[in-house]
Amino acid sequence: MSDVTLDMRLGKPWKKPHFIKNPVTRWGLIIGALVYISFATGSLEVNWSRVSEGLVRGWNFIAAFATPDFVSRGTDIRDGLIESVIMTITSTIVGIAISIPIGLGAARNIAPLPVYLVCRGIIALSRALNEIIVAILMVAIFGFGPLAGFITLSFATIGFLAKLMAEDIEDMSRVQAEAIKSTGATWTQWINYGVQPQVMPRLVGLSMYRLDINFRESAVLGLVGAGGIGATLNTAFDRYEFDTAAAILLIIIATVMVLEYLSGVIRKKVQ
Amino acid sequence: MLKIDKLTKRYPTGDLALNAVELEIPKGQVVALIGPSGAGKSTLIRCINRLVQPTSGQAILNGVNITALGSGALRSARRKMGMIFQEYALVERLTVMENVLSGRLGYVGFWRSFLRKYSQEDIDEAFRLLDRVGLLAMADKRADELSGGQRQRVGIARALIQNPDLLLVDEPTASLDPKTSRQIMRLICELCAERELAAIINIHDVALAKMFVQRVIGLKLGELQFDGSPDQLTPEVLTRIYGEEDWEATIEKVDDEEAEDEAVL
Repeated sequence: MSDVTLDMRLGKPWKKPHFIKNPVTRWGLIIGALVYISFATGSLEVNWSRVSEGLVRGWNFIAAFATPDFVSRGTDIRDGLIESVIMTITSTIVGIAISIPIGLGAARNIAPLPVYLVCRGIIALSRALNEIIVAILMVAIFGFGPLAGFITLSFATIGFLAKLMAEDIEDMSRVQAEAIKSTGATWTQWINYGVQPQVMPRLVGLSMYRLDINFRESAVLGLVGAGGIGATLNTAFDRYEFDTAAAILLIIIATVMVLEYLSGVIRKKVQ
Repeated sequence: MLKIDKLTKRYPTGDLALNAVELEIPKGQVVALIGPSGAGKSTLIRCINRLVQPTSGQAILNGVNITALGSGALRSARRKMGMIFQEYALVERLTVMENVLSGRLGYVGFWRSFLRKYSQEDIDEAFRLLDRVGLLAMADKRADELSGGQRQRVGIARALIQNPDLLLVDEPTASLDPKTSRQIMRLICELCAERELAAIINIHDVALAKMFVQRVIGLKLGELQFDGSPDQLTPEVLTRIYGEEDWEATIEKVDDEEAEDEAVL
């Protein structure tokens, strides 16, 4: 490349080099993608008469939002909601408490390799298993009710929070941590002074975010019998009480929005 | 006081950053370490307090071979070596006072440091140092609210509260304007004189180094190229360290500080 002379370059147009340099690979990938998309669309079977029927049902459901019924199942909704809130808060707190040591262990720049591998393994396991699958398993072990939901959400929180925290620790300013180490600090002091201040805002932000994910998840987990507002919602669907279902969904939306707003305020405070 | 014996560092990539460096620094001497980027200056001072693990050789501080210490003894040895960093390396979300007090971490237990319950002596010393570097009023500000020069002063206070015998100073002025650079260098050298501290100062600015230090060491590709007084830094010596360039302007004595300050403003 160094034997390029200016004369060879002058008067020639210039184009940004392609992301994939080899033209055969490049065009192969483009054509392959197009072929895949055309086959994939071709293999879809849509039963249009079924869709037109379903649209009506869907519309009924949406129309129910105009007349949500908070009252006729009021006690059920209230109990479900309280159960969900308790489930959400406890599982988030327990999840955070377990995530912090695992997150520290999963950061390659502060943990020795064996610890790192174990912690990454736990995170991978927690992330690989979808909440619903864990919840079904937990319901099988602990029976119907919020305990299964609580354990499921705590477990899911670990995968989420520990992973993102570990990544934040890996991105921290090395030199700030080095400065604390150079004072002769012990490992725990080093974490407390050199690492914690750097990752705290993100940890708080993620925890708030996880709180609102856990609340939303608690609604879904009820569908597989893990308690909370989801159980109430499931019952409403089973009875075709779309008005009540709509009321529950509106409550969930409102709660998530309130949490969203709160987490924004809190994150700004800890920045 | 500090004796470096055949200190060698080879990085896992195969780069030889330090090649059998020999050096002796008596109590109270301030040494400037110059050399081109990649010469191993940062590696040298980090090998002394073992933020970087040397491959072979020894660094002996007050008769203690630091390179052979286990982790507990290394922590006690680190207390005697204050470090000042290029980008200040303050923990930005902690207050100025917490940053200064973090220099005492080697001396206090975990719970005391965790609860920020430092002894009255430590607190008084922190305030004395903040007053000395002119930042008493800033004690409760967060470190990221300060300007570059102010942050470096906090960094100096943090290093000094360790009550060190040796200061390891890594490019203290690299991110500062010329006037602040001089003020910081002057402050470091004054404090070293007051407390009879030895110091190794990595510095790119040869002219600035010449203004303040008693001894200059030149490093090139991990090897010692020069060791002498600032007056002995001739164009030939600088060419040997850095390579061919017109060095006359660098060597010229800069006495008229006021004139340069005005030029900066």
